[in-house]
Amino acid sequence: MKKISTLAVLLLALPSAWAAGEDTYAEFKAMMDRSFKTTGIAPKHRMYQLDFQKACSQEEQPAKAEIARIEAEQMKTIRYPADGKYFGDWKQGEKIALSGRGLTWTDKTPHDNGGGCYNCHQMSRHEVSYGTIGPSLLEYATVRGTNEESIKYTWGKIYNAKAFNACSNMPRNGDAEILTEQQMKHLMAFLFDPASPVNKK
Amino acid sequence: MENPQKKLACLLAVLAVSAPLGAQTSDKLMEGINEYREALADGNPSELVAAEGEELWKLKRGPKNATLEKCDLGLGPGVIKGASAQMPRFFKDTGKVQDLETRLMTCMETLQGIDPKEVVNARWLKGEKEKMAALVAYIVTESNGHKVKVDLNNPAMKKMYDMGKLAFYYRTGPMDFSCATCHGDQGKRIRMQELPDLRTHEGAIAGWGSWPAYRVSNGQFWTMQHRLNDCYRQQRTAEPIYGSDVTIALSVYLAGKANGGKVVTPGIKR
Ligand code: HEC
Ligand code: HEC
Repeated sequence: MKKISTLAVLLLALPSAWAAGEDTYAEFKAMMDRSFKTTGIAPKHRMYQLDFQKACSQEEQPAKAEIARIEAEQMKTIRYPADGKYFGDWKQGEKIALSGRGLTWTDKTPHDNGGGCYNCHQMSRHEVSYGTIGPSLLEYATVRGTNEESIKYTWGKIYNAKAFNACSNMPRNGDAEILTEQQMKHLMAFLFDPASPVNKK
Repeated sequence: MENPQKKLACLLAVLAVSAPLGAQTSDKLMEGINEYREALADGNPSELVAAEGEELWKLKRGPKNATLEKCDLGLGPGVIKGASAQMPRFFKDTGKVQDLETRLMTCMETLQGIDPKEVVNARWLKGEKEKMAALVAYIVTESNGHKVKVDLNNPAMKKMYDMGKLAFYYRTGPMDFSCATCHGDQGKRIRMQELPDLRTHEGAIAGWGSWPAYRVSNGQFWTMQHRLNDCYRQQRTAEPIYGSDVTIALSVYLAGKANGGKVVTPGIKR
């Protein structure tokens, strides 16, 4: 993971809204530190938070200014396709959307991951096993339109959902290197292609 | 995770012990369904595991060749009835808040001379962890129908509750998940699996109060430590150490939310 350098951020001062006191929090960090271990491809340093992860670790949302700051920062991470091509093969995209595997300590490699999109989104009428943590994406191309703005927004949302909603439950597929650029192109085709089951009535 | 038919077929394949894996023809399916009905009519599948646990409780084991019958789970030596419904609790002799599993490790060590590492380092459902699961099944059966009653007035418990709450909302790892990502909203699910909202009393009693449980989909009895371990796996964090403080803190948080609700243990799960 490329973000290890940001670990230092974990020592930042607490947001003032923090419910527990500084002492409790220091004790909490010590507890987390001694409670986890590296197993397989899941190293212990996964327990150290990025700056925004920490800000989003409360019962309440962070203050408005903090949200704006995080979103601006996350926006800067988004890389659009260098060749200007946004769409791969929707059939491969469907497989990636269905697969929820990857990045657990029982997985063999950190480089062969699914998108797990169906874990959280309804995406087609023929797949009834879908989760509801995220909104339905049925008929996405019709609902969102196929203009450039919509295409760029969707790429950005898949690449780094936090750029549009600081504490989104949706992972940062591109920024956190969960998916490759090619996989994201396949997902884009799955969402936008008129032949894709996403857009079938 | 798969579609419901596949899931059902898989579940039935496991239940129909004699059927080969992947038996999906309708004949086999019907056979499986019938065996499933029979299995449930016979009672909770945890009973067998609990019976093993009872034997283990009374068996002389370890370097000290002793039984666990004098183990104090908080209500006095050897008292099991209702004990697990009041755990985690603070124990004066160890100076720690302990859940059922870590307390059993203490008893195994002090009474029988069994090194806790043998439990901690064992693989799930193997060796000393398999024995632990059996003991747990036995003990929690004796709290079935009791009310969750953990003492949050105790300062050590209160502190663990606060820590557990911080852990519940702690987002980290490559997917930025916390417990709250999956258990912080009402009526959500992942694929077809329903997720209890563990922030609420109702959700906590449904979730905490029905564990440990027998999992029909894989025919295994899982302790609460095992359940929490698998949730952290899905959360894509590093692995929590068996019996570590974060697992105790989360347990106190969940039990605290569930306080007063009715325990149904061992549970039966998908
Ligand atoms: C753990 C939950 C989760 C996962 C996994 C997930 N999403 Fe999302 N997604 C959300 C949520 C929640 C939203 C709503 C906005 C927000 O909070 O970010 C969302 C919003 C979106 C949107 C924007 C919809 C709109 O109309 O603005 C798109 C597109 C999307 N997700 C695509 C995907 C794709 C493709 C994948 C798989 C690579 C995926 N999501 C995986 C939770 C998830
Ligand atoms: C990525 C998703 C995810 C995350 C993160 C997650 N869980 Fe879970 N959890 C699940 C699923 C799915 C189930 C139901 C499993 C099943 O049906 O077999 C579950 C079940 C449970 C249950 C039992 C509920 C019941 O009714 O049987 C408890 C308790 C629980 N989780 C606690 C936690 C805690 C505490 C954390 C954080 C350390 C956590 N979970 C993080 C997905 C998650």
